[in-house]
Amino acid sequence: MTGLPTSRPAPAPVPVLALGDVLLVTLRGELHDGAAEQLQDDLAHRIASGPAPLQGVVIDISGVEIVDSFLGRVLAEIAAAASLLATRTVLAGMRPAVAITLVELGLTLPGPVTALDVEAALSLLGRAPVSALPVPPEGGV
Amino acid sequence: MHAPSASASAATTRLHIGSDADLAWVRHEVRQAAAGLGFSLVQQTKLVTAASELARNTLVHGGGGHVEMTHLEDGAGRGLRLAFTDEGPGIPDPELAMTDGYTSGGGLGLGLSGAKRLVQEFTLDSRPGRGTTVTITDWTTVLPAARTGGS
Repeated sequence: MTGLPTSRPAPAPVPVLALGDVLLVTLRGELHDGAAEQLQDDLAHRIASGPAPLQGVVIDISGVEIVDSFLGRVLAEIAAAASLLATRTVLAGMRPAVAITLVELGLTLPGPVTALDVEAALSLLGRAPVSALPVPPEGGV
Repeated sequence: MHAPSASASAATTRLHIGSDADLAWVRHEVRQAAAGLGFSLVQQTKLVTAASELARNTLVHGGGGHVEMTHLEDGAGRGLRLAFTDEGPGIPDPELAMTDGYTSGGGLGLGLSGAKRLVQEFTLDSRPGRGTTVTITDWTTVLPAARTGGS
Protein backbone atom coordinates (compact mmCIF):
# COMPACT_ATOMS: atom_id res chain seq x y z
CA MET A 1 0.00 0.00 0.00
CA THR A 2 2.92 2.37 0.51
CA GLY A 3 3.35 4.91 -2.23
CA LEU A 4 -0.32 4.80 -3.26
CA PRO A 5 -2.85 7.38 -2.19
CA THR A 6 -4.85 5.62 0.51
CA SER A 7 -8.20 6.92 -0.74
CA ARG A 8 -7.70 5.34 -4.17
CA PRO A 9 -7.67 1.62 -3.56
CA ALA A 10 -6.87 -0.79 -6.35
CA PRO A 11 -9.87 -2.71 -7.68
CA ALA A 12 -10.22 -6.11 -6.06
CA PRO A 13 -12.34 -8.94 -7.40
CA VAL A 14 -15.69 -9.31 -5.65
CA PRO A 15 -15.81 -12.55 -3.63
CA VAL A 16 -18.62 -15.02 -4.30
CA LEU A 17 -19.54 -17.09 -1.24
CA ALA A 18 -21.40 -20.40 -1.40
CA LEU A 19 -24.02 -20.78 1.36
CA GLY A 20 -25.16 -24.31 0.69
CA ASP A 21 -27.16 -24.09 -2.51
CA VAL A 22 -27.17 -20.28 -2.65
CA LEU A 23 -24.41 -18.01 -3.92
CA LEU A 24 -24.00 -14.81 -1.93
CA VAL A 25 -22.29 -11.74 -3.33
CA THR A 26 -21.79 -8.68 -1.15
CA LEU A 27 -21.04 -5.44 -2.96
CA ARG A 28 -19.76 -2.50 -0.97
CA GLY A 29 -18.46 0.98 -1.51
CA GLU A 30 -16.87 1.87 -4.79
CA LEU A 31 -17.11 -0.80 -7.44
CA HIS A 32 -14.89 -0.29 -10.46
CA ASP A 33 -16.36 -1.04 -13.87
CA GLY A 34 -13.82 -3.77 -14.45
CA ALA A 35 -14.65 -5.52 -11.17
CA ALA A 36 -18.38 -5.42 -12.00
CA GLU A 37 -17.79 -7.03 -15.39
CA GLN A 38 -15.49 -9.60 -13.81
CA LEU A 39 -18.23 -10.47 -11.32
CA GLN A 40 -20.71 -10.96 -14.16
CA ASP A 41 -18.33 -13.46 -15.71
CA ASP A 42 -17.47 -15.24 -12.45
CA LEU A 43 -21.10 -15.67 -11.45
CA ALA A 44 -22.22 -17.17 -14.76
CA HIS A 45 -19.39 -19.70 -14.57
CA ARG A 46 -20.02 -20.51 -10.91
CA ILE A 47 -23.71 -21.10 -11.64
CA ALA A 48 -23.07 -23.31 -14.64
CA SER A 49 -20.24 -25.35 -13.16
CA GLY A 50 -21.51 -25.77 -9.60
CA PRO A 51 -21.49 -29.33 -8.27
CA ALA A 52 -25.19 -29.22 -7.43
CA PRO A 53 -28.10 -27.21 -8.82
CA LEU A 54 -28.34 -23.83 -7.15
CA GLN A 55 -31.38 -22.45 -5.42
CA GLY A 56 -30.38 -18.95 -6.43
CA VAL A 57 -28.00 -16.00 -6.26
CA VAL A 58 -28.32 -13.24 -3.67
CA ILE A 59 -26.60 -9.94 -4.40
CA ASP A 60 -26.38 -7.79 -1.28
CA ILE A 61 -26.15 -4.12 -2.31
CA SER A 62 -26.86 -2.62 1.10
CA GLY A 63 -23.30 -1.24 1.13
CA VAL A 64 -23.59 0.38 -2.31
CA GLU A 65 -24.02 4.15 -2.25
CA ILE A 66 -24.84 4.67 -5.92
CA VAL A 67 -26.03 2.54 -8.81
CA ASP A 68 -25.56 4.26 -12.16
CA SER A 69 -26.76 2.97 -15.53
CA PHE A 70 -23.57 0.95 -16.00
CA LEU A 71 -23.87 -0.94 -12.70
CA GLY A 72 -27.63 -1.20 -13.21
CA ARG A 73 -27.05 -2.84 -16.57
CA VAL A 74 -24.51 -5.26 -15.09
CA LEU A 75 -26.96 -6.26 -12.33
CA ALA A 76 -29.77 -6.74 -14.87
CA GLU A 77 -27.51 -8.81 -17.10
CA ILE A 78 -26.36 -10.98 -14.19
CA ALA A 79 -30.01 -11.74 -13.41
CA ALA A 80 -30.80 -12.41 -17.07
CA ALA A 81 -27.87 -14.79 -17.52
CA ALA A 82 -28.66 -16.58 -14.23
CA SER A 83 -32.25 -16.99 -15.38
CA LEU A 84 -31.08 -18.62 -18.62
CA LEU A 85 -29.00 -20.93 -16.43
CA ALA A 86 -32.10 -21.92 -14.43
CA THR A 87 -31.16 -19.84 -11.39
CA ARG A 88 -33.03 -17.03 -9.67
CA THR A 89 -31.35 -13.79 -8.61
CA VAL A 90 -32.46 -11.69 -5.66
CA LEU A 91 -31.16 -8.14 -5.24
CA ALA A 92 -31.10 -7.44 -1.52
CA GLY A 93 -30.89 -4.32 0.59
CA MET A 94 -31.05 -1.46 -1.88
CA ARG A 95 -30.80 1.87 -0.09
CA PRO A 96 -33.85 4.14 -0.37
CA ALA A 97 -31.83 6.99 -1.93
CA VAL A 98 -30.52 4.57 -4.57
CA ALA A 99 -34.05 3.37 -5.39
CA ILE A 100 -35.32 6.95 -5.76
CA THR A 101 -32.38 7.84 -7.99
CA LEU A 102 -32.73 4.76 -10.21
CA VAL A 103 -36.39 5.49 -10.90
CA GLU A 104 -35.58 9.07 -11.87
CA LEU A 105 -32.71 7.86 -14.02
CA GLY A 106 -35.22 5.67 -15.85
CA LEU A 107 -33.86 2.33 -14.71
CA THR A 108 -36.36 0.22 -12.82
CA LEU A 109 -34.56 -3.13 -13.08
CA PRO A 110 -37.55 -5.33 -13.92
CA GLY A 111 -35.35 -8.43 -14.12
CA PRO A 112 -34.11 -9.32 -10.66
CA VAL A 113 -36.47 -10.00 -7.77
CA THR A 114 -35.72 -7.72 -4.80
CA ALA A 115 -35.74 -8.16 -1.04
CA LEU A 116 -35.19 -5.67 1.74
CA ASP A 117 -32.30 -7.61 3.25
CA VAL A 118 -30.28 -10.80 2.85
CA GLU A 119 -32.40 -12.78 5.28
CA ALA A 120 -35.58 -11.94 3.36
CA ALA A 121 -33.77 -12.83 0.13
CA LEU A 122 -32.79 -16.24 1.50
CA SER A 123 -36.31 -17.05 2.59
CA LEU A 124 -37.59 -15.94 -0.83
CA LEU A 125 -35.33 -18.62 -2.25
CA GLY A 126 -36.86 -21.16 0.10
CA ARG A 127 -33.89 -21.30 2.38
CA ALA A 128 -34.11 -21.12 6.16
CA PRO A 129 -32.60 -17.86 7.36
CA VAL A 130 -29.02 -18.27 8.42
CA SER A 131 -28.69 -17.22 12.02
CA ALA A 132 -25.04 -16.32 12.00
CA LEU A 133 -24.01 -14.34 8.94
CA PRO A 134 -21.43 -14.00 7.62
CA VAL A 135 -20.27 -17.58 7.45
CA PRO A 136 -16.72 -18.52 6.50
CA PRO A 137 -16.19 -18.61 2.74
CA GLU A 138 -16.49 -22.07 1.26
CA GLY A 139 -13.81 -21.69 -1.33
CA GLY A 140 -13.85 -18.40 -3.19
CA VAL A 141 -12.44 -19.75 -6.44
CA MET B 1 -26.82 29.80 -18.04
CA HIS B 2 -26.43 30.56 -14.39
CA ALA B 3 -27.86 33.26 -12.23
CA PRO B 4 -25.60 36.29 -12.64
CA SER B 5 -25.56 36.75 -8.91
CA ALA B 6 -23.90 33.38 -8.48
CA SER B 7 -20.24 33.91 -7.90
CA ALA B 8 -17.67 31.20 -8.17
CA SER B 9 -15.47 31.12 -5.16
CA ALA B 10 -11.82 30.27 -5.48
CA ALA B 11 -12.56 26.63 -4.76
CA THR B 12 -12.32 25.03 -8.18
CA THR B 13 -10.89 21.56 -8.41
CA ARG B 14 -9.95 19.85 -11.64
CA LEU B 15 -9.99 16.05 -11.81
CA HIS B 16 -8.56 14.04 -14.67
CA ILE B 17 -10.79 11.38 -16.27
CA GLY B 18 -8.74 8.74 -18.03
CA SER B 19 -9.66 5.33 -16.60
CA ASP B 20 -12.40 3.55 -14.70
CA ALA B 21 -10.44 4.10 -11.49
CA ASP B 22 -10.80 7.83 -12.21
CA LEU B 23 -14.58 7.38 -12.43
CA ALA B 24 -14.56 5.97 -8.91
CA TRP B 25 -12.39 8.88 -7.82
CA VAL B 26 -14.74 11.45 -9.37
CA ARG B 27 -17.72 9.85 -7.60
CA HIS B 28 -15.82 9.95 -4.32
CA GLU B 29 -14.81 13.61 -4.67
CA VAL B 30 -18.29 14.75 -5.76
CA ARG B 31 -19.80 12.88 -2.82
CA GLN B 32 -17.39 14.60 -0.40
CA ALA B 33 -18.11 18.03 -1.84
CA ALA B 34 -21.89 17.54 -1.86
CA ALA B 35 -21.88 16.25 1.69
CA GLY B 36 -19.70 19.16 2.76
CA LEU B 37 -22.19 21.63 1.28
CA GLY B 38 -25.00 20.06 3.27
CA PHE B 39 -26.92 18.42 0.41
CA SER B 40 -29.50 15.88 1.55
CA LEU B 41 -28.65 12.20 1.16
CA VAL B 42 -31.05 11.79 -1.77
CA GLN B 43 -29.69 14.90 -3.49
CA GLN B 44 -26.11 13.67 -2.93
CA THR B 45 -27.00 10.30 -4.41
CA LYS B 46 -28.65 11.88 -7.47
CA LEU B 47 -25.74 14.25 -8.05
CA VAL B 48 -23.09 11.54 -7.68
CA THR B 49 -25.06 9.27 -10.02
CA ALA B 50 -25.35 12.05 -12.62
CA ALA B 51 -21.61 12.74 -12.25
CA SER B 52 -20.88 9.06 -12.78
CA GLU B 53 -22.94 8.97 -15.99
CA LEU B 54 -21.26 12.11 -17.36
CA ALA B 55 -17.73 11.10 -16.34
CA ARG B 56 -18.27 7.77 -18.09
CA ASN B 57 -19.41 9.62 -21.23
CA THR B 58 -16.25 11.73 -21.06
CA LEU B 59 -14.17 8.56 -20.82
CA VAL B 60 -16.00 6.31 -23.28
CA HIS B 61 -17.25 8.73 -25.93
CA GLY B 62 -14.82 11.62 -25.49
CA GLY B 63 -11.70 9.52 -25.13
CA GLY B 64 -10.98 10.99 -21.70
CA GLY B 65 -10.91 14.53 -20.38
CA HIS B 66 -11.51 16.23 -17.08
CA VAL B 67 -14.12 17.59 -14.74
CA GLU B 68 -13.97 20.96 -13.04
CA MET B 69 -15.73 21.13 -9.73
CA THR B 70 -16.64 24.61 -8.47
CA HIS B 71 -18.28 25.70 -5.24
CA LEU B 72 -20.85 28.42 -5.82
CA GLU B 73 -22.48 30.89 -3.52
CA ASP B 74 -25.42 33.15 -4.14
CA GLY B 75 -27.59 35.02 -1.69
CA ALA B 76 -29.98 32.15 -1.11
CA GLY B 77 -27.75 29.14 -0.93
CA ARG B 78 -24.69 27.23 -1.89
CA GLY B 79 -24.17 25.16 -4.98
CA LEU B 80 -21.84 22.81 -6.73
CA ARG B 81 -21.09 23.10 -10.42
CA LEU B 82 -19.48 20.25 -12.36
CA ALA B 83 -18.21 20.80 -15.88
CA PHE B 84 -17.21 17.66 -17.80
CA THR B 85 -15.00 18.44 -20.78
CA ASP B 86 -13.50 16.27 -23.48
CA GLU B 87 -11.90 16.94 -26.84
CA GLY B 88 -13.50 13.97 -28.53
CA PRO B 89 -15.58 13.76 -31.69
CA GLY B 90 -18.44 15.81 -30.26
CA ILE B 91 -22.14 15.06 -30.54
CA PRO B 92 -23.51 15.57 -34.06
CA ASP B 93 -27.15 15.71 -32.99
CA PRO B 94 -27.49 16.83 -29.35
CA GLU B 95 -31.28 16.60 -29.44
CA LEU B 96 -31.12 12.97 -30.51
CA ALA B 97 -28.41 12.25 -27.93
CA MET B 98 -30.69 13.60 -25.20
CA THR B 99 -33.44 11.11 -26.09
CA ASP B 100 -34.09 8.28 -23.65
CA GLY B 101 -32.94 5.01 -25.12
CA TYR B 102 -30.73 6.53 -27.81
CA THR B 103 -27.22 5.16 -27.63
CA SER B 104 -24.17 5.49 -29.82
CA GLY B 105 -22.33 2.86 -27.80
CA GLY B 106 -23.42 -0.31 -26.12
CA GLY B 107 -25.12 1.34 -23.17
CA LEU B 108 -28.74 1.76 -22.21
CA GLY B 109 -29.00 5.26 -23.63
CA LEU B 110 -29.85 6.76 -20.26
CA GLY B 111 -26.61 8.60 -19.57
CA LEU B 112 -27.34 12.12 -20.81
CA SER B 113 -31.11 12.17 -20.48
CA GLY B 114 -30.98 10.43 -17.11
CA ALA B 115 -28.28 12.75 -15.77
CA LYS B 116 -30.37 15.76 -16.80
CA ARG B 117 -33.33 14.49 -14.78
CA LEU B 118 -31.17 14.01 -11.68
CA VAL B 119 -29.92 17.59 -11.34
CA GLN B 120 -31.36 21.10 -11.18
CA GLU B 121 -29.39 22.74 -14.02
CA PHE B 122 -27.97 21.06 -17.11
CA THR B 123 -26.28 22.48 -20.20
CA LEU B 124 -24.76 20.64 -23.13
CA ASP B 125 -22.26 22.34 -25.40
CA SER B 126 -20.84 20.21 -28.17
CA ARG B 127 -19.06 20.99 -31.41
CA PRO B 128 -18.53 18.17 -33.88
CA GLY B 129 -14.83 17.51 -34.16
CA ARG B 130 -13.95 19.81 -31.26
CA GLY B 131 -15.33 18.15 -28.17
CA THR B 132 -18.10 18.33 -25.63
CA THR B 133 -18.70 20.11 -22.34
CA VAL B 134 -21.61 19.14 -20.13
CA THR B 135 -22.21 21.35 -17.11
CA ILE B 136 -24.50 20.47 -14.24
CA THR B 137 -25.29 22.49 -11.13
CA ASP B 138 -27.15 21.65 -7.96
CA TRP B 139 -28.03 24.00 -5.13
CA THR B 140 -28.69 23.30 -1.50
CA THR B 141 -32.42 23.09 -1.07
CA VAL B 142 -33.65 26.39 0.24
CA LEU B 143 -36.42 25.70 2.68
CA PRO B 144 -39.08 28.31 3.29
CA ALA B 145 -38.32 30.32 6.39
CA ALA B 146 -39.81 28.81 9.52
CA ARG B 147 -43.15 30.36 10.33
CA THR B 148 -42.87 32.67 13.25
CA GLY B 149 -45.64 33.77 15.54
CA GLY B 150 -45.58 37.37 14.28
CA SER B 151 -46.26 36.71 10.61
